[in-house]
Amino acid sequence: MTPALRVDGLGKIYGPGTAADVAGTGPGFNRVVSPTSGGIVAAWDVSFEVGPGEALGVIGESGSGKSTVMRCICGDEDPTTGSIRLASVDGGDTDLRTLSAARRRALRVDRLAVVYQDPAEGLDLRLSAGGNVAERLTAAGWRNFGRIRERASELMLRTDVPLDRMDDPVREFSGGMRQRVQLAKALSNNPPVVLLDEPTTGLDASVAASVLDLIRDLLEELGVAAVVVSHDFSVIEMLTQRVVVMHHGRIVEAGLTDQLLEDPQHPYSQRLVGAARG
Amino acid sequence: MTVLDPTVSPVALLAADTSSRELLDEFSKREIRRAILTAVAVPGYQVPFASREMPVARGWGSGGLQITLALVGPEDTVKVIDQGEDAGVNAANLRRLIADTTGVDTTTVAGEATIVQTRHRVPEDELGDDQILVLQVPVPEPLRGVERNMTELRRMHAEGDYARMWVSLYEDLVRNGVVTQTTGYPCLVGGRYVMATTPIPRWDIPKLHRSAHLSLFGAGREKRIYAVPPHTDVEPLTFDDVPFEVERTEGAGCHRCRAGRPDSGVESFLVEIPSTDEGRWVCSDTDWCNRRLASATVTR
Repeated sequence: MTPALRVDGLGKIYGPGTAADVAGTGPGFNRVVSPTSGGIVAAWDVSFEVGPGEALGVIGESGSGKSTVMRCICGDEDPTTGSIRLASVDGGDTDLRTLSAARRRALRVDRLAVVYQDPAEGLDLRLSAGGNVAERLTAAGWRNFGRIRERASELMLRTDVPLDRMDDPVREFSGGMRQRVQLAKALSNNPPVVLLDEPTTGLDASVAASVLDLIRDLLEELGVAAVVVSHDFSVIEMLTQRVVVMHHGRIVEAGLTDQLLEDPQHPYSQRLVGAARG
Repeated sequence: MTVLDPTVSPVALLAADTSSRELLDEFSKREIRRAILTAVAVPGYQVPFASREMPVARGWGSGGLQITLALVGPEDTVKVIDQGEDAGVNAANLRRLIADTTGVDTTTVAGEATIVQTRHRVPEDELGDDQILVLQVPVPEPLRGVERNMTELRRMHAEGDYARMWVSLYEDLVRNGVVTQTTGYPCLVGGRYVMATTPIPRWDIPKLHRSAHLSLFGAGREKRIYAVPPHTDVEPLTFDDVPFEVERTEGAGCHRCRAGRPDSGVESFLVEIPSTDEGRWVCSDTDWCNRRLASATVTR
């Protein structure tokens, strides 16, 4: 079966340097700055697959390269090397990096949705909640006002945004509610793959819990493939079945979430789990 | 009109030309005509041009004026209107300026003009394939209201990414129940570019759709020229279930020529004059109204 998302050998170097300058960086050397070029090897040799309906966690401390990987997949950044394939684009035969910038951006409409940590990145705060959803729908070619309204209210109901707030500017919403609207917008065109970058970081504990519940329900209900980036074990544990651990830009361990959290093998994973479990 | 000789240095040629009262030299005209040709070739696309200093302030019709001055030849007849009126201050001054500096004939009758320069109206008479409509444009960028970054604007046009324009219509409908944009309504030209229809009322937009005449839009301050070639689609952006409507005032009719009254059988774009009695509305296109009055069929 074709994986919904497949990432092969992804690497990103900020600053000067090529593949040759990667030597001497990574967990083994405890550094990400290339000794030869001085460039920052933010991620290297990152490969994973996510099947339809599956949720993969990417965990690691801040600066470990997990957000870089996310930004490279969704097209916010152009990776230095590697390939990214979606089952929904040519059945997984085409590397997204070979597509034009315009086609790449178009994928964001209905193939590959992103939920950012900061709702301001994924939403236009001046628009109403419904307007934000309408932006995705009109981009996908919806031209019927009544049906756009219907779909927007359906999504608001699903993401627990009160319907009577649907026509208020998102600027007036609380952090938790903005994040719900961002979810509604991301899911508006039923994308087969959703990337969630620290979706609950910055929300207080009780709101984060309810947003997490919502995300879990939605992932189960809609059967989308998800990549969840987080430094928080409880998020990864609750949402994902499989997880990869990143350290100094490399994947140091991969496995089933339950197993990895109970019995981490790599010393860094052990430290990470130990720190979280106290 | 001077003919350009490629063997003569442009500077020498310009220096020698002291007799002409024309505002634009031949090189400027050529540059503007080239921008016009590009605009005609890519309907709705805003072509940048080196807007010249004109003896009118930028934003007062300098763009339309430059197009007209670059196009007029000895056989042309020019009509200039401001909000449909030939006698408006802006129109009268521009007409005099064009006539004085080029020696071209002027008229107020739309059917007799080869070039109709206008601010904010399209004449009520249907224009033919031998006529050019020149519109003075204050803001050529239809997406200015939703995005201010010029690089992003260019990207949106290049990719035909007009989702945010649609969202602004959606928000307007949600907030007000109707689309409140009355003038300068955004239109899709030739199925490709979204164009600002200058501040012409919605009433005039159907007159640009697949029209026989060529429409040229000049924005002097913003340094842009764009065009709607003859027989090109000009479709107002509209949701399928919210029909596009033109302005109509129930029961209103022209106080002078009665256009718009149920018994008249004709409709025109009406403007309101402040008054307490019932004769509050008159045709915006004054010359069209005058001709209706002069013809025998209309009785006051």
